[in-house]
Amino acid sequence: MASTETTAAKDGNDLAGLEAGLDALETVQSSRTPFRRTLTQKVLPPIVAIALVLGIWQILVSTGVAGDPTKLPSPSDVWGELRESWLQGTLHEYIWTSVSRGLLGFLLALAIGTPLGLVVARVRFVRAAIGPILSGLQSLPSVAWVPPAVIWLGLNDSMMYAVILLGAVPSIANGLVSGVDQVPPLFLRAGRTLGATGLKGTWHIVMPAALPGYLAGLKQGWAFSWRSLMAAEIIASSPDLGVGLGQLLENGRQTSSMSMVFFAILLILIVGIAIDLLIFSPLERWVLRSRGLLARS
Amino acid sequence: MATALAKAADTDASVEHAARIDHVSKSFAGPAGQQLVLDDITLDVAPGEFVTLLGASGCGKSTLLNLVAGLDRPSAGSITTDGRPALMFQEHALFPWLTAGKNIELALKLRGVPKTERRERAEELLELVRLKGAYGKRVHELSGGMRQRVAMARALAQDSKLLLMDEPFAALDAITRDVLHDELTRIWRETQLSVLFVTHNVREAVRLAQRVVLLSSRPGRVAREWTVDIPQPRRIEDAAVAELSREITEELRGEIRRHGQH
Repeated sequence: MASTETTAAKDGNDLAGLEAGLDALETVQSSRTPFRRTLTQKVLPPIVAIALVLGIWQILVSTGVAGDPTKLPSPSDVWGELRESWLQGTLHEYIWTSVSRGLLGFLLALAIGTPLGLVVARVRFVRAAIGPILSGLQSLPSVAWVPPAVIWLGLNDSMMYAVILLGAVPSIANGLVSGVDQVPPLFLRAGRTLGATGLKGTWHIVMPAALPGYLAGLKQGWAFSWRSLMAAEIIASSPDLGVGLGQLLENGRQTSSMSMVFFAILLILIVGIAIDLLIFSPLERWVLRSRGLLARS
Repeated sequence: MATALAKAADTDASVEHAARIDHVSKSFAGPAGQQLVLDDITLDVAPGEFVTLLGASGCGKSTLLNLVAGLDRPSAGSITTDGRPALMFQEHALFPWLTAGKNIELALKLRGVPKTERRERAEELLELVRLKGAYGKRVHELSGGMRQRVAMARALAQDSKLLLMDEPFAALDAITRDVLHDELTRIWRETQLSVLFVTHNVREAVRLAQRVVLLSSRPGRVAREWTVDIPQPRRIEDAAVAELSREITEELRGEIRRHGQH
């Protein structure tokens, strides 16, 4: 008996050693990309591209090739506009008026779009009833909602939020629906055998599994929020509403100041990109990386 | 066999069996009307018994496992199990948004283990499958063999009396599979679980099981059974394993050949 026990123990040790060896051989070694490589491969190229565009633009205007300078201002004119607005302290006011509206509207859209998407994805009847309408709404430019919103709600902030919601809610809901649709059935089966059914299954399995699709929807939802808001600000102007970026652009048009128009366009573009780069891209990368879904480049 | 089991069966008749599959049939709606997949299967798994279900494609072995797991309902007959069985798949089916340890803790949470005990229990289970340091590892950081061992730990976390395994090692390379056979045998003997293991690999079936059940194909019926009394620990290359495998393979080939004759 003693001898069989020692054999068993020896076998056990052999097995443990063999297993440890296999694990060591098959584990992927990963390392972070060095900072300098990130700099030269990711940061430098767009900077070069932007510098080139600005350079060519400046040359075209100063040599007169581009024609009438009241129609196309030079980058230095636009820069002057920015400097002046910075010195007067109005720059952050323009930006904050629009960004606070945009983000608040987006958060509202999030609070409505998420449960809506979940219900459409999970309840067959609701999906058949409003699923096509929801996808259809996504292709309707939210500018179309500005006139009715102005008539129903008047020229105020709630009209802006209504337009943002109509633009962003379908994107967010549809993103969640496609995220849920792409959850591998295996996860649902595995969840059910573990006892995750009904609401528990939704919370522990479906929602986390659908997160990548949901995030893509949020990203698009933000883009739609921002666009809808700019459309609303350009079309609906009133002194009560304060001067946001859309209003700034409209003011530039009315005073025939092309440098102000370009200044406003650039700010709108920069804010849209900045929110995406600062909030959504890191979030998306973090989710994908933690799941091993991000190809290393 | 029956006398050995009788001593546990003084209270409830259902406790005699980890699983009882009683005249079970299953048909699905196919292009050519109702298609019979499983035909009158009767099979018991005793507590602590290791049974492998063996068959060629189309024998409905995965369907049968789904029925036992309660993921689907039989068209006729009944299945009783002692509690909810745990199920392991060919793919590891670990959740990629959780670490290895948290995957196990989710199973513990869903069966109501209090929060304070989960971490410790998860570490114990990882130690049982010899993955002590893997608690914080993400699924994609683990090798195929390690993933299946975490999946095994997660299945064991359900504390079921019956473990169902649906070709869990089929996608692994030969050496890893061999090691996991040893591992499974060791864990089965330590935990005294009942195991119902589905495979199409005859050697694997003989290497692991106390009883091998051969299913015929289209529809699946129990064709023959073998009791494997080769002492554990066995090796897949043992002469006795090879010999019984040859006999079973012959039978399996005969079953397959029948389908080409008309």
